[in-house]
Amino acid sequence: MSSFSVLTGKLVRSASKLRGGGSALPGLVVEKIDPDFIRRTLADLPLGVAVVSGTNGKTTTTKMVVELLESQGLKVFTNRTGSNFTRGVAAALLGEVDWRGRLDADVAVLELDEAHAVHFVKLIQPRYSLLLNVLRDQLDRFGEIDKTTRLLESIALATTGTVVLNREDPRVAGIAASLDKQEVRYFGLHESLRSTFPNDDEMRGSSAEAAAAVLPADVVLERVAETDADFRVDDTVVTTGLKLRGVYNIFNAAAALTLARVIAGPQADSEALFTALSNVEPAFGRGESLVVNGQPLELVLVKNPSGFRLGLKSFAAHGYSTMIAINDNYADGRDMSWLWDVDFETLAENGVDMVTGVRAYDMALRLKYDDVPVAAIDPDITDALKKFIASSGSSPKRIFCTYTAMLAVRRELSKITTVEVVS
Amino acid sequence: MSEALNPVAGEDRTINILQLYPREMNIYGDWGNVLVLKQRLKWHGYTANVLEYNVGDEFPADVDLLVGGGGQDSGQVVIQDDLQSIAPTLRAMAEDDLPMLAICGLYQLFGNFFKTHTGTVIPGIGLLDLETHGGTERLIGNVLSVSEEFGEIHGYENHSGQTFLGSGVRPLAEVRKGEGNNSKDNWEGARYRNVVASYLHGSLLPKNPAIADFLLEQAVIRKFGSFEPRPSSAKDLQELAKLSELARQHASQRPR
Repeated sequence: MSSFSVLTGKLVRSASKLRGGGSALPGLVVEKIDPDFIRRTLADLPLGVAVVSGTNGKTTTTKMVVELLESQGLKVFTNRTGSNFTRGVAAALLGEVDWRGRLDADVAVLELDEAHAVHFVKLIQPRYSLLLNVLRDQLDRFGEIDKTTRLLESIALATTGTVVLNREDPRVAGIAASLDKQEVRYFGLHESLRSTFPNDDEMRGSSAEAAAAVLPADVVLERVAETDADFRVDDTVVTTGLKLRGVYNIFNAAAALTLARVIAGPQADSEALFTALSNVEPAFGRGESLVVNGQPLELVLVKNPSGFRLGLKSFAAHGYSTMIAINDNYADGRDMSWLWDVDFETLAENGVDMVTGVRAYDMALRLKYDDVPVAAIDPDITDALKKFIASSGSSPKRIFCTYTAMLAVRRELSKITTVEVVS
Repeated sequence: MSEALNPVAGEDRTINILQLYPREMNIYGDWGNVLVLKQRLKWHGYTANVLEYNVGDEFPADVDLLVGGGGQDSGQVVIQDDLQSIAPTLRAMAEDDLPMLAICGLYQLFGNFFKTHTGTVIPGIGLLDLETHGGTERLIGNVLSVSEEFGEIHGYENHSGQTFLGSGVRPLAEVRKGEGNNSKDNWEGARYRNVVASYLHGSLLPKNPAIADFLLEQAVIRKFGSFEPRPSSAKDLQELAKLSELARQHASQRPR
């Protein structure tokens, strides 16, 4: 039965790859004919399973944890395709197991969507979990952020070993109170950086100081500059160069370091960890830089107000031509309210060259109310991108886009420049 | 958009907008409603002064326009006692024709009570004659409703409370797409004197400028006796109207 289901799954995987189709379909097939496949395959890994969840930054953080662990000589299985549902994990496993269903790895590091993680941890209890944040994201899917917190809490409760928490996010840090069987570790920010990462409670009017400072953190982000950053690890401050862009990615590096150090154990090679960290490239659409007409073009994924505000704060508008692409498909979130929780004033001086996407007019209206000049509006992403590239000439370009808008932008860009293909 | 003309020296054209509980009741872009009122007042040649009222604050004098938003259930618990303490003030303001916008969570609490699906009764402030019953199903998605007063109203709902109107209020609009107040009747929101209450986010006012202008005109008339706009640029206002209309058209074509 086991070999049969693996074989069937692999065949479906090859077929759907040829078709250029979705990455979860073969997983679905295996799930139907062999529901125990994931549990059985992951149960025997010597260092177990680590789950990364939270509303923002899962993909980049998971990528960092994987590369950090590989620097320690570990073989790591991960769901690289970004298909972060149980089915996606099954699909990724099918690509890695041999024909008898065995996985040659020491540890699995899996990015899981918070709603699906709840089902996943019922199937297989992770030894480690890393919970990043609870920001306003896709409220139309999960209802309320307190509900999202409870989803993350159930991941923590299912964890058998260590839970790594963000001490700067009061909702995430608060999860520690319900844990008694698990060991809890924290990552954090130096107080000078706290104002850069307002949590949702502090977004308007209030500047409630989090109780964060009193919690001891394994890794603290102390300073962020253009190309390097300081991390305090235990009592040592390490300065490291970085290819990652965006302060939120760099804060998540503190999260990844904390988890990697827990998994690698006391014998972890700190120098190798920081060398690996300095080489991590951003995940697709997370501040990645492409080249168009000899000029850099940056893609910044924005999917909730906090992420958008951090994106605007992390990447200075000066000297750049800017395009914003807003879709409202299911994966983007259908409710446009979130655009009104972002301040766009930093774009007022240079203006926005092009606004596109299904909700281009919602976005343009939003900019109007912040007195930001908009040069052009075209809801059709293909046409808008052409006009944007043609009109921005030799200046560097930056595109802020929601998830499905980013997929469309990448598809168009791949026709004129080199874009990493994401299956 | 260029700045409004300077008001004549000594002439007061300031409208005080009060945002109720921005800390707890501001989860679905409610700030957008305040921003729209503030900017439209400016573009009509008035000055907007935005005030905030949070739990424990002293209630400000000289409020001309009041905006309240939606929150999570936990936020509603935090503000509940404080809201009761300012209830007589709020009711008196409404009876005195002060324009108010109440969205989602505060819409519910402006009513007579909220009965949770486990049976707990949370008292409202009785400013609006309506009651809300907690449901197990969440009503989520795009909404298109039609009002005789404001035309088509576009927005997005996300609530589990089911609201039923009493005889003391009128519905704001009739639902064409989506659920509105509840999954039984076809009404969305409530109207009473100069109070506009609705479940719709989006935010509500950017895509529904007719409601924004109703609120700010009532505030100006109530304070100064008449509404005398002095737009700095008619062209800018036309462009804004065009953009709002396009955003409405595109929103109306989106799936539930």
